Amino acid sequence: MSLFNVFDISGSALRAQTIRLNTTAGNMANTDSISSSTGATYRARQPVFAAQLDAAGEAMGGVEVLGIVESQAPLRREYRPEHPLAGQDGYVNLPNVNPVEEMADMISASRSYQSNVEVFNTSKQMLMRTLSLGD
Amino acid sequence: MTIGFEKALSVHAQALTLRSRRAEILAANIANADTPNYQARDIDFSAALASLQGQDGALKTTHAAHLPAAGEARDNLLYRTPDQMAIDGNTVEEEQEKTAFSDNALRYQATLQLLSNRVQGLLSAIRGE
Repeated sequence: MSLFNVFDISGSALRAQTIRLNTTAGNMANTDSISSSTGATYRARQPVFAAQLDAAGEAMGGVEVLGIVESQAPLRREYRPEHPLAGQDGYVNLPNVNPVEEMADMISASRSYQSNVEVFNTSKQMLMRTLSLGD
Repeated sequence: MTIGFEKALSVHAQALTLRSRRAEILAANIANADTPNYQARDIDFSAALASLQGQDGALKTTHAAHLPAAGEARDNLLYRTPDQMAIDGNTVEEEQEKTAFSDNALRYQATLQLLSNRVQGLLSAIRGE
């Protein structure tokens, strides 16, 4: 029965969008996480989405998160000699999080989440109606 | 006079199967609305139904490794042509997919209603009330 697969498909999308919302929340929370060394500075994270494939390499319909990558954009540097974490030159490192991008990403993720919930609910209704066939 | 269940339910049973298959395909499109390089798929409903109807007495595949007989493609899945392609190669247009999904769901319920009426007719014939 194909309709049962819809639950797997929409469920996988809900999971993927939740991961996306989580990374966005993490990025927004760390917008001002100042650090003294470039290596220890927080970098914006993004999930990588891909279509789920079965053993034969055919699309199964769902979506999966292949992994989470860190943004390669340059870190922000600010001159704050009074800051306790400032380096010898008086500069501190700030994460490469772009709040505007993150907000847009958050809205997109939340809209996609809603769409998939709607698909889920509609399919549930269709199945419930089918179960009461002939009543 | 004989009443065959197959005959009584006729095209509606096949249409219902096809509708649920289409719901699955459209759900997959909506699920992959943010997947880079994902290509939206769909089926031509009337063509698929016509090919299903022409299959009476066709060879059945009883094993996953069996190949379908000629002219009996497993799924005639097509690719949707987008009006505006996303920069990441994704061809899903959410509004279009959502509309198609709701439309498909409504038509599914309509078919279900017709089927339900047929079943009720059969039931009253069986009971002889």
